[in-house]
Amino acid sequence: MFYDICTVFWRDWVVLKRRLPKFILSRMVAPMLYLVAFGWGLGRNIQVGSGSYIDFLVPGIMALNSMNISYNSLTPLCTERVYHRSIGEYIIAPMTPSAFLVGKVLAAVLRGLISSAIIMGLAFAFGATLNITVFYIVVLILNCVIFAEVGFFAALSTDSFEELSQVNTYILLPMSFLCGTFFTTAALPDIIRVFIDILPLTHTSYLLRGIATQSPVAWESVAVLVLYAIIGFILGMKAYNNQLK
Amino acid sequence: MIKIDNLVKEFTIRDEHKKRVKHLAVDNLSLEVQDGEIFGLLGPNGAGKTTTIRMLTMEMEPTAGNVVYNGCSIFKDPLSIKKMIGVVPQNINFDNDLTVGENMELHAKLHHMPVTERKRKIAEMLEFVELTHTVNLMPKALSGGMKRRLLIARALVHSPQILFMDEPTVALDPQVRRRIWDLIRALAANGTTVVLTTHYIEEAEALCNRVAIINTGKLIDIDTPESFCNRMGRMAVEWDSPEGRQYKFFDSRKEAAAYAADLEHGAHIRKTNLEDAFIELTGRKEGV
Repeated sequence: MFYDICTVFWRDWVVLKRRLPKFILSRMVAPMLYLVAFGWGLGRNIQVGSGSYIDFLVPGIMALNSMNISYNSLTPLCTERVYHRSIGEYIIAPMTPSAFLVGKVLAAVLRGLISSAIIMGLAFAFGATLNITVFYIVVLILNCVIFAEVGFFAALSTDSFEELSQVNTYILLPMSFLCGTFFTTAALPDIIRVFIDILPLTHTSYLLRGIATQSPVAWESVAVLVLYAIIGFILGMKAYNNQLK
Repeated sequence: MIKIDNLVKEFTIRDEHKKRVKHLAVDNLSLEVQDGEIFGLLGPNGAGKTTTIRMLTMEMEPTAGNVVYNGCSIFKDPLSIKKMIGVVPQNINFDNDLTVGENMELHAKLHHMPVTERKRKIAEMLEFVELTHTVNLMPKALSGGMKRRLLIARALVHSPQILFMDEPTVALDPQVRRRIWDLIRALAANGTTVVLTTHYIEEAEALCNRVAIINTGKLIDIDTPESFCNRMGRMAVEWDSPEGRQYKFFDSRKEAAAYAADLEHGAHIRKTNLEDAFIELTGRKEGV
C-alpha cells in the first residue's frame, strides 16, 4: 500500500514540480492582498487584545488559505474523471482505493504547506510576530487533510465544474469569512455562532491563533479536527467506491 | 481461462418523463474465453460490450454473477487478477498533465515494476508501437492513431497475460486500423489472450478465433467466424428488388448460380461473411 501511495503522490509531484514557479507566484497574490488590505490598510490602527491585528490576522489567513489550496488541489480530479477519464487508470490498477485517496490527499497537503510557507514568509516581511511550533504545523496539516478530503469527495461526486463551483460558493466562501479568520466569532449573534463553531475552519483558526500567541492548547478543537479528518476519509472512500457502481 | 458466469449489470436511469427506471445493460451473460485466443465481443452500439469489458476489468461492479480468472474469482482476489490483465479503453484516457513517457511510467509504477525492468519495458513497448520519438511529448501533441497505439503500448508495459481491448480501432483510418490489427496478431502469437469488443464486423472476422455476438445485453450466439458463415451457407446470392436488397444463402456455388440464373434482376454471387450472420442473428446492420 505504501508503494501505491508513493506512486499516486509521485504523479502529483511531477505535475507540481513542472509548474512550481507559477504555483508559488500565483499563491502569493491572495495572501498579499489580505495582508495589504486587512493587515496594513484596515488593521494598522486596530488592536486585538494585547496584540496587533496583523498577528491576529495571519493565523486566520493561513487557515483559510490552506483550506482553499488543499481543496482546489483535488478538484481537477473531476475533470480527470468526467472528461479525460484518466482516473480509470487507477481503478484498473492493482491498488486499494485507500492508497489512491491517501496519495492524493498527501499531494494536496504538500501544496497546502508550500502555500502556508509562502504566507509565513510574507507575514514576517509585513512585521508579524508569531510563535510557529511543530504543533502549529501539525494543525495546518490536519486542516489540509480535511479540506483535501472534501475536495476529493466533491470531485468524485459531481459531474461538472458548475456543480463543483457550488461547493466553493456555498461552503468554502462563507467559511473563509465567518470562521474566525478575519474577526473573532464572539462578535457574531449566538445562533449563528453555534453553527459557526461546528465548522472545522473555526477550530483551525482558533488553534493556530492560540499556538501563535502561546495560549493553552484547546484539545477539544484538535479532537474535532481529527473527527472531521476521519469522516472525510470515509466519505472519500464512499465516493471512490461509487465510481464502480 | 476466463469464465463468465451469469453476469448481470443493471443501471438506474431517468426516462423521458424524468422517472427513475431500471435498465438492463448486460443480461445473464455466460461464456468462456480460452487461454491464448483472440476472442471478440461483437454487437451493435449499445449492445452491452463496453459494460461487459468494464465488469471483466473490475472497473465496474456487476449487479449479479461472477467472473473467474484461472479459478480465481474477481470478488475474492481482485488485486491479483488486476496484475495479470491489461486494458485498452475505448476512450483515450491519458493523463494530459504528464508526458508520454511519464504516462507509461505511471502505469508501470501502478503495476509495481522494479526500476530497471520498468525502463526496459517502456522503451521496448514504445518501440513496438513505433512511438519512441514521442517519449517527451504531451499526449495532446499526438495524432489519433498514435494515441491508440500508445494506449496499446501502455496496457502492455506490465506484460499482461490477458489484454482487453474496447473498440481498439474506432474512428481510425484504414491504414492505422490494419497496423493495429498486426499488433494484435503479434500479441496473440506471443501467447497473450486478447478479448476485444468491436462493432466492425470485418475486424472480428479478420482477427478473432471465436466471436460472441451480443445484442441488448444478451448473448445471441458464440462460434468461430468460419462456422458462423458455414451455418448460413457458404455462398450468398444478393440482389435488389422493389422491397430492397435481398439475400439467399446456399451450400455451394453451383446451387447459388442456379438460383441467381432464375432471377429477373441481376444478382451478385459471393462468399457468405460474418456480416450476413450478424444481421441474421441481430436483425441490425453494423454500427446501428
